[in-house]
Amino acid sequence: MEAKMLLEMYEQMDLIRTYEETLYYLFLEGIMPGSIHQSHGQEACAVGMLYGLRKTDYMASTHRPAGHDIAKGVSVKDMMCEMFGKEDGCCKGRGGAMHTGDITVGAIPANAIVGGNIPISTGIGLSLKMQKRDDVVVCFFGDGASNEGAFHEGLNGAAIWKLPVIFVCENNLYGASTSIKNTLNIEDIALRADSYGMPGEVVDGNDVLAVYAAAQRAITRARKGEGPTLLELKTYRIAGHSRSDGCAYRDDVEEAEWFARDPIELLKNKILKEKIADEQILADIHEKNEQIVNEAVDYAIEAKEPSVDDVLLNVYWEGD
Amino acid sequence: MAQLTMVQALNKAIADEMERDSSVFCLGEDISDKDGGFGGAFAVTRGLYEKFGEERVLNTPISEILISGAAIGAAMVGSRPIADLQYGDFIFCMMDQLCNQAAKMCYMSGGQVKVPMVLRAPVGATQRGAQHAQSLEGFFTRVPGLKVICPATPYDAVGLLKTAIRDDNPVIVFEHKKLYGGKRVEAGAIAPVGEVPDKEYTIDFGKAEIKREGTDITIVANLLMMYRAMEAASHLEKEGISCEVIDPRTLVPFDFDTVIKSVKKTGRLMIVHEDTYSNGWGAEISAYVAEHAIYYLDAPIVRVTTYDTPIPFSPVLEDYVIPSTERIIESVRQLMDS
Ligand SMILES: Cc1ncc(C[n+]2csc(CCOP(=O)(O)OP(=O)(O)O)c2C)c(N)n1
Ligand SMILES: [Mg+2]
Repeated sequence: MEAKMLLEMYEQMDLIRTYEETLYYLFLEGIMPGSIHQSHGQEACAVGMLYGLRKTDYMASTHRPAGHDIAKGVSVKDMMCEMFGKEDGCCKGRGGAMHTGDITVGAIPANAIVGGNIPISTGIGLSLKMQKRDDVVVCFFGDGASNEGAFHEGLNGAAIWKLPVIFVCENNLYGASTSIKNTLNIEDIALRADSYGMPGEVVDGNDVLAVYAAAQRAITRARKGEGPTLLELKTYRIAGHSRSDGCAYRDDVEEAEWFARDPIELLKNKILKEKIADEQILADIHEKNEQIVNEAVDYAIEAKEPSVDDVLLNVYWEGD
Repeated sequence: MAQLTMVQALNKAIADEMERDSSVFCLGEDISDKDGGFGGAFAVTRGLYEKFGEERVLNTPISEILISGAAIGAAMVGSRPIADLQYGDFIFCMMDQLCNQAAKMCYMSGGQVKVPMVLRAPVGATQRGAQHAQSLEGFFTRVPGLKVICPATPYDAVGLLKTAIRDDNPVIVFEHKKLYGGKRVEAGAIAPVGEVPDKEYTIDFGKAEIKREGTDITIVANLLMMYRAMEAASHLEKEGISCEVIDPRTLVPFDFDTVIKSVKKTGRLMIVHEDTYSNGWGAEISAYVAEHAIYYLDAPIVRVTTYDTPIPFSPVLEDYVIPSTERIIESVRQLMDS
C-alpha cells in the first residue's frame, strides 16, 4: 500500500516538475505568452496535501497554481492549452497561468490576488457544512498572504463556525523578493492559529510523507466537523518568483542548504533505499511524464485560438 | 394586497425566497434578532431567525472581507447567499472580493463557475457624517460582471430583490435609508408605503418605469431622488412645465431604450441622483444619450447631483449638497429657458 502511494506521489511530483520546467523553456524560447510562477521545490506540499482527496473535495490555489492543480487532478493538456490562451484551455483561454483550475475535479479556478482565496475558502466550507456534506476545502497560500487582512477574517470565520477548511501556508521564506525576516515578527506562522482557537502545526514541507501525515490529521478533523486547521509547510522555491527573477535577494549558503533538500530527490532516495523501485522504474515514470507534457505542448500549439466574436461570453453567467 | 413599507417589502422578498429555496441564506453583522439582536442595522432581517434558524440567518463578526468572501465561496458551490452591509460605505472594506473575485470569477474561469450572490447596501445621507452617507451606485456600474439595482418602492423591492436572489450573477442592491420606513426614523424620511400583491411576482432587470408621463422634459432619477423629482414635477405642472419622470430601477443592466424614447418625445434630459456629479452614474447616461440621440435634444443634458464632496455632517450643509426638490425645480426652469 505504502509502496504504491510513494510511487504515485513520485509520479505526480515529477509530472509537476516536468510540466513547469517545460513551460519555463517555452517562455525562454518566446513560444509561450504571459508569465509563470513555478512551484519548483514545493512539489511535496501540493502532492502531500492533496494525495487521495476526493473529487468532491475542493482545493483553492494562488498565483502559483500548477502543482496544486495537477495534484488535484486537472488535466495537463487543459492546463497547457490555457497557458497558450487557447479555446481548449481549462478556462477557455480567458484565465491564463494564474487562474487555472477545473471545478469538475474540485480545483477552484486559481486566485491571483494574494490572500483573496482565503475568505472564499471559508465560504466554500460554510456551504459544505450547510449542505451537510463531509467534503473539505484545502486552501493554499504563501507566507506573504498570511499578512493580508483577508487571512485574519477568513481564518477567524472558519474557526468560529467550525468549518471543514484546511488552511495551508507554504512558507517559502519570501514574498516575491522580500524575506519573511522583514515581514514577520514571529518564527512560525502556525502560531497564528492560536489566536483563532484552531490547531496550528509546523511541518517539513519538503518531506512529502510528513506533509501527507499532517494533511490526514487535518482532513480527518475537518470531515468529522471539528473545524479548521492551519498547517505551515516550511519549504523553499528553487526557481525564481516569476519567470524573469534571478533571485538576487537570496544568499548562496541558504540556497545550497535548501537545494540539497530537493523534495523530489528526498523521495527518490527513500524509494531507492527502501527498494520500493529501482532507478529504471523511476526513469520510466519520468519518461512517461515527459511524453504527457510533450503531447500536451504539441496539442496546445496547434489548438484553435478563441474567437474574438466570443469575447463577451461569460461576463455574466450564460446559463446551466 | 398588502400595504408594506420598504423594510417590510424587503423582508418579505427574503423570507419568500428562503421559504422557496433552501440554498438561500443571509449573512451579515447583527442581522439576527436572536437574544435581543438588532435583526439588521435597519431591521430588514427581523423575524427571519425565528422562521429559519441560526444557520440561515448567520450573524458574522465585523469582517466585511469575510462577509463578501464567504458569500462568494458559498455561491460558487451551490448556495445563494444574501449578504448584508450595515452601511453602504463599508463596501470599500470588501472591494477586492467584489471587484476582483465576484465580478471576474465567471469570466476568468471560462464560464466554469457562477457566483449567484446578493449584497444589500444602504445608501443615502442621513445626518451621520461622511462615512455613513455615500451613494455608491456609480462605482459599481463600471465593473463588468456585477449587476446593480436600486429599488425605490415596496412593489419594486419585492419584485427586484426576488429576481436578484434568483439571478446567477453577483447583484448589488442599493437601498435608501430615507425610504426604509423601519423603526429608526430618519430626519426627512419619506418611508413610502405601497401596495404589494399577495400573488407571487418578479420584476425583470433592465426595465425602467415611467413614473409620470410628460412632454417637455425627461427626468431620470433613482431612489430618494425619484421622489423629489416627482414632487418637483407636480410643482412644475402648475407652472405649465410637463415633466416625464423615469425611475431606471436597475442601473446594470440599464434600460436606455425607455430613456431615449422619452427624450425623442421631450427633447430635454435631466438626470438626478444622490451620487456625485463627476462620474456618478448619470455621467454614463448623459454620454450614452449624447452618443445615440443627440439630434433629438433641444438643449444640453443637465445633471442635478450631490456636489463633489464627502457628505458633511451639519444638517445645513448636508441638505445643501444633496439635491433638494427646490434645486431640481430651479434646474428644470433654467433648462426650459435654455
Ligand atoms: C493583493 C496582492 N498584492 C500584491 C500582489 C503581487 N504579488 C504576486 S505574488 C506576490 C508574493 C506573494 O508571496 P507569498 O504569499 O509568500 O507567495 P509565494 O509567491 O511565495 O508563493 C506578490 C507580492 C498580488 N498578486 N496581490
Ligand atoms: Mg512566499
